[in-house]
Amino acid sequence: MKDLKKFALLAGVFLFAYYLPFDHPKVSNAILEAFRLLQWYALHHTLACVVPAMFIAGAISTFLSKEAVIKYLGPGSRPVLAYSVASVAGMALAVCSCSVLPMFAGIYTMGAGLGPASAFLYAGPAINVLAVFLSARVLGLDIGVARTLGAIVFAVVIGLSMRLIFRRGEKRRNDVRIQTADTSSVRPLWKTALFFLGMILFLVFSDWYNTNEATVVMNDGIRIEANIRYDRRDTVDIQEFDADGRLGSEIRRLDKGDIAEVRSKPGFVMTVHGMKWQLAGAMGVLVLLMAWRWFSRDELKAWMSSTWEYTMLIVPLLFAGVFVTGFVGGLIPEQAVAGVVGGNSLLANFIASFVGMNWYFATLTEIPIVEMLTRLGMGKGPALSLLLSGPALSLPSILVIYKVIGARKTLVFCTLTVVASTLVGYVFGMFA
Amino acid sequence: MKKLHVLGTGCAKCNQLMEVTTKASEELALDCEIEKVTDLLRFADFGVMVTPALVIDGKVKVSGRVPPIEEMKRLLGEEGS
Repeated sequence: MKDLKKFALLAGVFLFAYYLPFDHPKVSNAILEAFRLLQWYALHHTLACVVPAMFIAGAISTFLSKEAVIKYLGPGSRPVLAYSVASVAGMALAVCSCSVLPMFAGIYTMGAGLGPASAFLYAGPAINVLAVFLSARVLGLDIGVARTLGAIVFAVVIGLSMRLIFRRGEKRRNDVRIQTADTSSVRPLWKTALFFLGMILFLVFSDWYNTNEATVVMNDGIRIEANIRYDRRDTVDIQEFDADGRLGSEIRRLDKGDIAEVRSKPGFVMTVHGMKWQLAGAMGVLVLLMAWRWFSRDELKAWMSSTWEYTMLIVPLLFAGVFVTGFVGGLIPEQAVAGVVGGNSLLANFIASFVGMNWYFATLTEIPIVEMLTRLGMGKGPALSLLLSGPALSLPSILVIYKVIGARKTLVFCTLTVVASTLVGYVFGMFA
Repeated sequence: MKKLHVLGTGCAKCNQLMEVTTKASEELALDCEIEKVTDLLRFADFGVMVTPALVIDGKVKVSGRVPPIEEMKRLLGEEGS
């Protein structure tokens, strides 16, 4: 299987090199676009977001006691607690997307049952640290927040609905007991909590929201009120404000050589933004201090090695995904997807959410893909619909879920997922 | 003879756990049999929630992480575990 995958990859690269008409203007432009997108991620999202998030993911898997979380998802736990823990447990448990399905099966067969298991499955993949922060950075604070909250709230709704629809016929295995590896913590809880708080705050500051609203002054004196969309080394893509203060739909590319000055609109958010590196740096020093004083050498080594594991797992896929997305996006004419998922009709939201249900997104690549789709005319509502249903389900995972809970429950779960994602996207799209 | 089960659906971390387990048991020259369990319906047989997991003689010893080789040797070397 592994060799087959490698062969497919090689064959793909071969066919690409063999057949691609590189001199065709569209193709050369697409290649350039792919590198431009890669540079945008490298310049703005890698050091501030992806790298620190890897350290946090590593720390979560090394220092957080999973037993504490699982305790609340066990067979005897109180329903209110089970549903709320299941909907947020993805933050601590699902750092590796491949562990989501086994946990779903575990909660279903020996833990708190179908409801909490469904809640966990819906929210889990969308709320890990990197997904939350990268969505907010790349797609905008509003979508990032809506995605996280939407996933958590509707996880509970879907879980409860599943429980209500299938009140009878819970197939619980009473012959087994949940076993946990006893890893007694060597630290009081508050130390671990402070340590994680420090790291999360680092990310909050290093990823501090940039309103991107600025006055661009050109060399010839023309002033443009605009939202800076893509800031790269040589060019910058802007979206102009209309006279009545609304964002225009068109994106213009300016050469940095023609720009005299870019002045950010002042305000509290931008003031903090101006000193975000000092704040993040202070947090970083605190985290290092805590790591040095409170953790043993072996623990730190384990932390670093699991950070490296996640990096190897996620970074190649993510950046390859960015590159391919840039290339494909460069080939697709602008506004091409606007006809299907533009605006914010119920149908557009439904299509986005239905496609998301079937499509398999490799770890976190849903973010660059959705970003590209919005650039090609996808509305904000449908974008959120796709982000919600996309990572939760895919054809391969539906097959596994079917094996665990059977055809009827799978069908209902998929339907609920699509309906909920459509509605959340639709409501969000009305306000965005 | 010890019976070891390595549980995981075949993701990168699960393969790593398998590697570490094999390597540690070889270095210890441990008398054991290692079985890889990839069917997630069977995970419940062992009571395992979080993968990757290592089960030694029916007891879950590692869950949700890949321990460093030294720790793995200690786990495998424990008497009567």
